[in-house]
Amino acid sequence: MNTITYDQELDCRGLNCPLPILKTNQTISKMDVGQILKVEASDPGSVSDMLAWSKQTENELITHHVNGELYTYYIKKS
Amino acid sequence: MNTSKRKRLALIASKGTLDWAYPPFILASTAAAMNMEVGIFFTFYGLPLLNKKIDAKVAPQTNPAMPMKMPFGSENFQNMEWPIPNILANNIPGYETMATSFMKKSFAKKGVASIEQLREICVESGVRLIGCQMTMSVFGFEPDQFIEGVEFGGAATFLEFAADADISLFI
Repeated sequence: MNTITYDQELDCRGLNCPLPILKTNQTISKMDVGQILKVEASDPGSVSDMLAWSKQTENELITHHVNGELYTYYIKKS
Repeated sequence: MNTSKRKRLALIASKGTLDWAYPPFILASTAAAMNMEVGIFFTFYGLPLLNKKIDAKVAPQTNPAMPMKMPFGSENFQNMEWPIPNILANNIPGYETMATSFMKKSFAKKGVASIEQLREICVESGVRLIGCQMTMSVFGFEPDQFIEGVEFGGAATFLEFAADADISLFI
């Protein structure tokens, strides 16, 4: 889990639907193909939403994990 | 990137209260973030959502199921529901303004975007905003009161766009 290296990180803690998705999309659209974005969120709905967004945009959700109320995502730009 | 044809979302926004202003802008901005092509047709009471300054309020008297909660105090206090009878809600002067201000505060505290913020993201991500010409004529709206980039048209304009939509919703 901790060994993933990332190029950029985004703090979406405290934000509610749909902001984590909108900010993730805005950030990733400015990154290069193959780069990895780490996103931290506190919105429990972000798990399902991030999976759906990743499937629809074909940006790869490499892994995600939950630690208490903190949701962490690693996304690879496609 | 998705190589197949982009999915298309066609929305009609027909309501102008603060609570009902959210669904079209949330769905449109999210769909655009999901690489969809989006158009919203603003008609009747939805049209003022295109005003430069949005003045949407909640109308608790038309929605008896709306929970009345306080945006301040301890967490327990905030989670309490205040059963305000409709007869009171309808007659207390300023009740609507108060409920609107409470809802805006609760939304901001929970990290929900403002309508203006979501609309801005829609504009930036190329969502088509179509104002209903007939509504403008009926209610006396002028094109220069709306934000930049609004197109004007009627039912046929919307239907032409919606004919190729994958998702169409009336809100």
